[in-house]
Amino acid sequence: MNSRDLVLGRLRAALAGGGPAAAGEVPRDYRHTGTLDLDQLVQRLTDYRAQVHRVAGHAVADTIAAILPAGATVVVPPGLPPDWLPTTVTVRPDDGLDNGQIAAADAVVTAATVAVAETGTVVLDGSPDQGRRVLSLLPDLHVCVVRADQVVATVPEALARLVPHRPLTWISGPSATSDIELNRVEGVHGPRTLHVIVLA
Amino acid sequence: MTRTFLGMPATAPPGVGQLRGTEPFPSAARRSLADPQLRRNLGHATTTIRAKSAGVIAEVPDWERLREAGRAIKADVLARLPELLEQLEARVSAAGGVVHWAADANEANRIVTDLVRATGSDRVIKVKSMVTQEIGLNEALAEAGIEPVETDLAELIVQLGDDRPSHILVPAIHRNRAEIREIFLRAMPGVDPALTDEPAALAAVARGYLRQTFLTTRVAVSGANFAVAETGTLAVVESEGNGRMCLTLPDTLITVMGVEKVVPTWRDLEVFLQLLPRASTGERMNPYTSMWTGVTPGDGPQAFHLVLLDNGRSAVLADEVGRQALYCIRCSACLNVCPVYERTGGHAYGSVYPGPIGAVLSPQLTGVADNASLPYASSLCGACYDACPVKINIPELLVQLRDQAPHPRTEAAAMAAAAYTMDRPRLYEAAQRAVRLSRLAGRRGRGLPPPLDGWTGSRDLPDPPAQTFRQWWAGR
Repeated sequence: MNSRDLVLGRLRAALAGGGPAAAGEVPRDYRHTGTLDLDQLVQRLTDYRAQVHRVAGHAVADTIAAILPAGATVVVPPGLPPDWLPTTVTVRPDDGLDNGQIAAADAVVTAATVAVAETGTVVLDGSPDQGRRVLSLLPDLHVCVVRADQVVATVPEALARLVPHRPLTWISGPSATSDIELNRVEGVHGPRTLHVIVLA
Repeated sequence: MTRTFLGMPATAPPGVGQLRGTEPFPSAARRSLADPQLRRNLGHATTTIRAKSAGVIAEVPDWERLREAGRAIKADVLARLPELLEQLEARVSAAGGVVHWAADANEANRIVTDLVRATGSDRVIKVKSMVTQEIGLNEALAEAGIEPVETDLAELIVQLGDDRPSHILVPAIHRNRAEIREIFLRAMPGVDPALTDEPAALAAVARGYLRQTFLTTRVAVSGANFAVAETGTLAVVESEGNGRMCLTLPDTLITVMGVEKVVPTWRDLEVFLQLLPRASTGERMNPYTSMWTGVTPGDGPQAFHLVLLDNGRSAVLADEVGRQALYCIRCSACLNVCPVYERTGGHAYGSVYPGPIGAVLSPQLTGVADNASLPYASSLCGACYDACPVKINIPELLVQLRDQAPHPRTEAAAMAAAAYTMDRPRLYEAAQRAVRLSRLAGRRGRGLPPPLDGWTGSRDLPDPPAQTFRQWWAGR
């Protein structure tokens, strides 16, 4: 008997011997949607130490120019809108950069797929304007641009919008830990600074 | 003659992993209770987390409905576990992953060791995972000449301190910042002696220490918080970004998960992604959650192995009441509210699963005889049941397990003698007089004589009254 059959056989025997399993219908009477509130997104992101900028669509480049020092090296996914990037920084599009090159960059700029207002979360799904997962991981500063129509109120709404088989990264504030005396401290292995630009 | 029934539910084998302590809970607890530093650290940490968690749970108007949904999803999972695992296997395989089945800790360790060997790597980076602690994977890898590097900050503190984890979520909860600084100075080469014990400074040192290891290690090992049968998607919930590093940078990813971690549908994540962060770290959402389905060309590990582990879970499933311990999503809320855990810490429980959930899970995984003292490591106050985000009735399980645990012969003899005496009024009166005499004889405060001293070893014997109720009634 191979291990697959052994494990499955044990589990079937356990269920057969343990009497009828009490599995009823799952009650789904929790909230599925909520009232969308961009102020709440900003407040929740800020609460977990993300720096939030609410700007008009044409002002993204100026906002990024104000965040990053002149001459900073910025890695970007191949499909990022070019007009988001200021001329003051050195842009490295990801055309197969190696991990060392990505880690050496000062910052990364990406778009997002969904943002959740109640939890202060942005979700990346590897689309061309968000790039490979490593891109938003190794640089110490991440600028994430969210369009207003990508923001939802609740977690159930976010999951409904996501495509499961894409590689997904849910980000709620900069890298943090609660491992020292259970106090939240920002800044361990992921980007220690997170800027979220919310487009009005 | 022993006959082994292949395919019958089996407990976790002894001699491997960390599900059994080396001594009973009361003696281990006594040592913890005598450590004032440990008690200060635990008191501080559990008080902090309780307040944080209560705050973010109060923000959610439908918390009780989410709990009920979470419980119901887990009950459904267990009822359909074999078919859901087969579905998960099919979806993961279709997405380019390879699924392995492990009947117990030894087999899981062998599978992972062989997979790492096949890559030629002599080092793996690890995401914090309870299940790999449970099976003793680090020890098995080290024995095979493979260095396991724990990358979660608390696990790193435990590993560098040559210590044992003492909490599900924060394995180094028993260490305060000053102790952590000392461990780093001692065990990390090249750390500036001017390092302060500021948590931010300590975290920065861990970042620097592990960065090169992340970039140069070709194999990672993780656990899983959830695996979606319908889509084949795995999810890991974390804070620091060490999880993202391990799940993204290496060529090969090996994920070990207990069979009960499967959930039926993608939609089920909407319940658990709300319950878990608020119940565990007391956050609205943890900083990072990674989800992946098999292999994504051009993004992340190009080889993915999923190891599905039994190691006693089938035995837990076989008990109609006890199986609810398998609902556990490892949030550790029950530890944080437990008056016993808060005083003894996690080491006293022996198993990697401490606190109330450990007291009901470990004895079921190993068979009650091997963890007989754990069902008693509780005052049955019920705080754990109230705190559990998937509504595991831990007090009910504790009582059931106490019933199943072997009882000392003196206890049975004492109970039989008491029943005999209480059935006979004269004998009962004589016994009461004897107790009163003992008061005159000055036994007060010294507890009972052997063999009954087991009862008074951790309890005060009440002073017998000067007059019994029956005497008062007769003289009225």
